Amino acid sequence: MTSTTSTSTTLDTTLRRPPVERGIGESVRRPDGVPKVRGEFEFSSDLWADGMLWAHIVRSPHPSARIRSVDISGALAITGVWAVLTADDVPGLATYGLEVPDQPVFASDVVRYTGEAIAAIAADHPETARRAAAAVVVDYELLDPVVDAEAAIALTAEPIHPLGNVLCQQRVLCGDPDAAGAAGAVVIEGRYHTGMQDQAFMGPESGLAVPAEDGGVDLHVATQWLHVDQDQLAPCLGLPPEKVRVHLAGVGGAFGAREDLSMQVQLCLLALHTRRPVKIVYSREESFLGHVHRHPANMWYRHTADADGNLVKVEARIVLDGGAYLSSSPAVTQNAATFAAGPYRVPNASIEVITARTNNPPCGAMRGFGAVQVCFGYEAQMDKLASALGMDPVELRLQNAVARGDHLITGQEFSGATPVAEVISTCAAAPLPETGPGDQPDMALPGGAGRTGERGRVRRGIGFAVGFKNVMYSGGFDDYATARCRYANGVATITSAAAEVGQGLVTLAKQIAYEVLGAEEVLLAPPSTMAIGSAGSTSASRQSWMTGGAIEAACRAVRDRLLASAAQRYELPFANLGIVGGSIVAGDFSVPVSEAAPGEVFEETVVFRHAPTQPLDENGQGSSHVAFVFAAHRAIVDVDLDLGLVRVVEIATSQEVGRVLNPVQLLGQIEGGISQGVGLAVMEELVLENGLIRNPSFTDYIIPTALDMPEVRIQAIIEEPEPGAPFGAKGAGEPPSISSTAAVVAAIRDATGLDICRAPVRPQDIALALAEQTP
Amino acid sequence: MGALRPGPMQPEELVSYKLTINGREHEVADEWFGASLLTVLRDHLGLRGSKNACEQGECGSCSVLVDGTLECSCMVLAAAVVGHNIVTIEGLTQVDGGLSDVQEAFVQAGAVQCGFCTPGLIVSIHDVLERNPDATDLEVREAISGNLCRCTGYGRILAATHAVAAARRERKHDDGGDTSS
Repeated sequence: MTSTTSTSTTLDTTLRRPPVERGIGESVRRPDGVPKVRGEFEFSSDLWADGMLWAHIVRSPHPSARIRSVDISGALAITGVWAVLTADDVPGLATYGLEVPDQPVFASDVVRYTGEAIAAIAADHPETARRAAAAVVVDYELLDPVVDAEAAIALTAEPIHPLGNVLCQQRVLCGDPDAAGAAGAVVIEGRYHTGMQDQAFMGPESGLAVPAEDGGVDLHVATQWLHVDQDQLAPCLGLPPEKVRVHLAGVGGAFGAREDLSMQVQLCLLALHTRRPVKIVYSREESFLGHVHRHPANMWYRHTADADGNLVKVEARIVLDGGAYLSSSPAVTQNAATFAAGPYRVPNASIEVITARTNNPPCGAMRGFGAVQVCFGYEAQMDKLASALGMDPVELRLQNAVARGDHLITGQEFSGATPVAEVISTCAAAPLPETGPGDQPDMALPGGAGRTGERGRVRRGIGFAVGFKNVMYSGGFDDYATARCRYANGVATITSAAAEVGQGLVTLAKQIAYEVLGAEEVLLAPPSTMAIGSAGSTSASRQSWMTGGAIEAACRAVRDRLLASAAQRYELPFANLGIVGGSIVAGDFSVPVSEAAPGEVFEETVVFRHAPTQPLDENGQGSSHVAFVFAAHRAIVDVDLDLGLVRVVEIATSQEVGRVLNPVQLLGQIEGGISQGVGLAVMEELVLENGLIRNPSFTDYIIPTALDMPEVRIQAIIEEPEPGAPFGAKGAGEPPSISSTAAVVAAIRDATGLDICRAPVRPQDIALALAEQTP
Repeated sequence: MGALRPGPMQPEELVSYKLTINGREHEVADEWFGASLLTVLRDHLGLRGSKNACEQGECGSCSVLVDGTLECSCMVLAAAVVGHNIVTIEGLTQVDGGLSDVQEAFVQAGAVQCGFCTPGLIVSIHDVLERNPDATDLEVREAISGNLCRCTGYGRILAATHAVAAARRERKHDDGGDTSS
């Protein structure tokens, strides 16, 4: 296989093979699988230390208020309370933030969103801590919250924050923004909205901070990036970085919500103040209040195509609600802007994305990171355009799909694997389910066990969408990962600070070490800022490439030394030696790797960087991304026209991945990502009312259950090796969440005939809209 | 592993009792009378396999069996299950330390990602296959619909469940159709 050909397979063949313990491309079992199924894996909420205290955070119940005073005397008087800390107790920098430190550790003068931290308690019992929190008296002067993003942008006289109400903006101009297209051109306009989605990982925010003898602190916490936590913690704590040691505790899912600090600073402050270990575990409600969400988006689009269906121009104005603080909004904004026209050849574009600061909960990273929202907009537009042109919507997409050598609207060339047409055509060719809604038991119809409608009012619909996104950090960011390989007597020990959050990087680390070194036994050292330099974030589908690349390079460096040693010991030419399976071989010579260099220790640490990227210029031009990933989804839904309820029956998908590293884990990423895309399409939305989250629980914020989850049909996994990527593999975690939402809503439009422009689609968007049409 | 001290509760709010968990008696001393079974398991007895994802009876991460009935331990008053047989994830591992068939199938099929929902799902799947060895796909989905998983989309979990059901049927067939369990 050359680098320019691609292969397309279903996963069935590989999945039928028995899982093995080794090697790239095999369904190697997770090394943490056994402790996890036994209930013995230690998550951050399971941590325990003798004599530890319990923390609780006092939060604002108001989205916007001036703080007149904070009285902690009542809380301090409670027996068993060890500390009540406020803004006055922060020894260092009073604010923190991923990109700009604009968020206070504790609010002291104003609060800007519901749930903002005001004080933190440490007590000898969690109930004591809760009672003490209730005893803190905060005198608020309530202010009118600014909860509408457009209004926030317009409001310049008295901004919510000294840094202003526009968090960031990005425009992309290419070609001739005034291009109109020749006679017969078709112009399609639309407005779209996506709601605030929550990552809703299962393991709540939790951790244990332990004060150290050197005056520093050891923080054990579930996070996505240990070193960036350390970078933000140290200035706030007023400590040098080496005295703030961050260790990865068991992570119960992340999906972007653990990129930002949640309670790390407050917990460390309590431990340093009390000289005791302090544990915190958020409740589910606190978790909903205490982490960033997916930015809600309001999008206006205008597409122009010639009479033959060739895209001439895409215009868009997109307003994202960033909530009260910056978080990673600049990067989300740049993603939304650069992907706004879709994976299509678009000669002329005028895109503007503005992200507003409001008194809503802060928004930041969630799987898909800016690409999800715009995909919902541009794919709805492509369907409308096809309809206006009288074209098949799949044909329209194929006709405009980018290929290698084409350019993004930023001017960046698609120089890597770009099999968009193949992704679209294979997915669209998926066979339709053999049964229709009439064949289903009630349980499998919209409404399920609680169904009350008439069977004859269930309609089936089909929708199609394709989406794309960058992998790894963009815009000139110095993105790197560090890894170490230590090898002795057949045992390889891999050290990395990369966060395993459930995705299976731990499996991949072992696969790579076996593939490169032939090591039978691979140990993984606990991730910690003490052990090694940064691995970068477990975000942007980047760890397979970045930490995978660093581990591969470290193992290769050790391999060279091992082979050099063997060449000397066995008096063989170095150039003839290789590792096959678990043996060093040269012609007829063969010796098990584990016996090749008895007593010798080889250790190599490597810092791995991807090819550099450029920041975008003021017109959004520049090669800002490293590489792109593509996927298509075809959704089949059954809709009850009277109840307005939807059951997603099946999602067929084709995805390009560069190369399959672990078939079972890839399948898990695809199915799991689709479940989150389906959730955004039909059920998941944080409902805000004047800055207050009305549904911060799993009772009211609904995520898909096993009954809601459709069948997933893997139509094709396209393997076209990506230049520069370790083993040719790209990340695979995000594409399943990008176009699946758009495909489901397209299918609902197909079933109902309604021009539905928002996600999630609520029952009233269907049932009431149809009722209004009835004369 | 230390246990929680009584904290702010008054003496009259505290009770002491024994719980029968995984066939063994456990002493619970000076626990608040209103404590949930999940709290007692995790913070009093150090049995932290049952997970705390919502503590509102919505997610099933804390699933246990009480006299063979599937319960969210966060919704069960610990003091109310004195004298009842409680089985937790720790009790499903074999006596010799090996994995149960469901646990083994989870690892094999790739049903584990972050693993936070895993113990509860394994308890739940043991329960459904015990009650309904021939459960259809829809019946399994309904049975585990009280267990939320955010990572997997349930596909590999269902595959693991069906693999166990098939293997059990096969084994029963080989054993000459013995229907006792």
